[in-house]
Amino acid sequence: MVERLYVGTRKGLFELAPRSGAAGGGWDIAAAHFLGEPVSAVLADGDRLYAALDLGHFGAKLWRRDGISGEWRELPAPVFPARPADAGDDPHPWSLGKIWVIEKGGVEGRLWAGTMPGGLFRTDDGGQSWSFNDALWRMPERRRWGGVAGGEQPGIDSVLVDPRDPADIRLGVSTGGVWASQDSGGSWAVINRGMYAEYMPPELAGEPIAQDVHRLARCAADPDIVWCQHHNGVFRSQDGGSAWHELTAIRPSKFGFAVAAHPHDPLRAWFVPAVKDERRIPVDAKLVVARTSDGGQSFDVLTRGLPQRHAYDIVWRHALAVDASGERLAFGSTTGGVWTSPDGGESWHALDARLPPIAVVRFADE
Amino acid sequence: MPTVSFTPALQRFLRVPELRVEGATVGAALAAAFAERPELRGYILDDQGGLRRHVNVYIGSEPVRDRAGLSDALHPDDALYVFQALTGG
Repeated sequence: MVERLYVGTRKGLFELAPRSGAAGGGWDIAAAHFLGEPVSAVLADGDRLYAALDLGHFGAKLWRRDGISGEWRELPAPVFPARPADAGDDPHPWSLGKIWVIEKGGVEGRLWAGTMPGGLFRTDDGGQSWSFNDALWRMPERRRWGGVAGGEQPGIDSVLVDPRDPADIRLGVSTGGVWASQDSGGSWAVINRGMYAEYMPPELAGEPIAQDVHRLARCAADPDIVWCQHHNGVFRSQDGGSAWHELTAIRPSKFGFAVAAHPHDPLRAWFVPAVKDERRIPVDAKLVVARTSDGGQSFDVLTRGLPQRHAYDIVWRHALAVDASGERLAFGSTTGGVWTSPDGGESWHALDARLPPIAVVRFADE
Repeated sequence: MPTVSFTPALQRFLRVPELRVEGATVGAALAAAFAERPELRGYILDDQGGLRRHVNVYIGSEPVRDRAGLSDALHPDDALYVFQALTGG
C-alpha cells in the first residue's frame, strides 16, 4: 500500500505523502482534490479511497477513486426512504444531511456510513448501492436523540465493527449514547452505563441516550477495550461499550472531541483536550495531546513540537488518527494546522501549510 | 416544450446543457430532465422529493411556490431556471 495521509477540510481533500529523505517523519502535500468543496468523511480501503462531500447547495455526495493514480467518480449517495404517514411528529428530517463517518465493514465490499440526522447506511458493493438501516431508525429512542452543537440534527459519529465478527457493531451517537447490534444491524439496543451528562437535569444525567458521545475508538487487537471522548469527560470500557468508567486523571481538561486508540496496546490512547463548551479553545492557549499508557490511570501531556502560546486550534472528532503500527499519529485543527508524530506522540512536526478548517484526518494504513 | 437550464455552479459536478422537456408542472419537467440525467436528481431534490433547501427554481422571473410538491403549472413556452440559493454558500 502507498503511504498516504488524507486530510479532509472545508475546502478540499489534501493527500499527504512522506517527505522523501526527511528524518523524523515529515509529510508534504502530494495532491489536492475537490478544491473548494467541504469534505465531511474519508476512508481508505486498500488502494481505494472514498470521499464524502457536504455541498452547501446540492447536498451530501460520495466519490471513489480506485488506485493512487485513478480517476475520481461519483457514487450514488445514500438516500433516506420516503417518509411514511406514521412518521407523525418525528423531530428529525427523513433526508440525508451529511455523511459524517465511513468505516470498513469487515467483509469484502461492505462499508457502513454514519450520517446526520442519524441514519445508518450499508453497502455491500463498494458504494455502488446503499441500504438504509430501518431497524435503528425505527427504535423509539431515536426520536429523542439530541442535536449536535452547531446543528440541530443528531449524528452517528462512530461505527466500530468488531474485527472478530463483522456482525457485531457499536455506534457512537452525538447525542444519543452507544448502540450495539450483534446481527449485522438487524436489531439494536442502547447499551451504555456509567456515563453522566452535566448538561442535563440531575434526574436525567445518567440516561443512556442523553450521553453526548463525541467519539469512540477501539483497540483493534483487543476489541472489548473501547475509549470515549464524551462531552464532559473521557471514559473507558472493557466490555465493548456497555459498562464505562470515567478516567478522571485526564489532563489538562476533560473536554474534547477526538480520541485515538492504540491498535495493539489496550492500555494506550490519545486525546486532544480543550476548554469546555463555553469557550472551545486549548487550555491556556497551548495545544497539547494527552496520552495514557496505563489504561487511563495517568496521562502524559505531550507538547514537543506543538504551539505553546496563542494556539486556538480545536481538533474535531474525526481529525485525530493513528496508523496500523500505533507509532505514527496525525491531527488537524479548526484553524487548519496539521501535526504529525513518528513516535507515538513524543514529538510532533507541523505541516508547512495553512489549510482550511479540518474535519477529518486518516492514514491510508490504519 | 419548456426548457430547463441549470446554474453554472452545478457544472463543476455535472455538465448539464439546457434541456427541452415535456411537462405540465415543475415536477413533471424536472422528472423528464432526471430521466435523461439520473444523477442530477440528488443535486436538485432532497430525499423526500422536494427542492433542496438551498436550491431555487424560477419559472421565468417567478420563483416556484410549491417547493415540496413541485405542482406549479408550466406552459409550453416557459423557461425553468435552476439556481443555487445564496443561503447555502
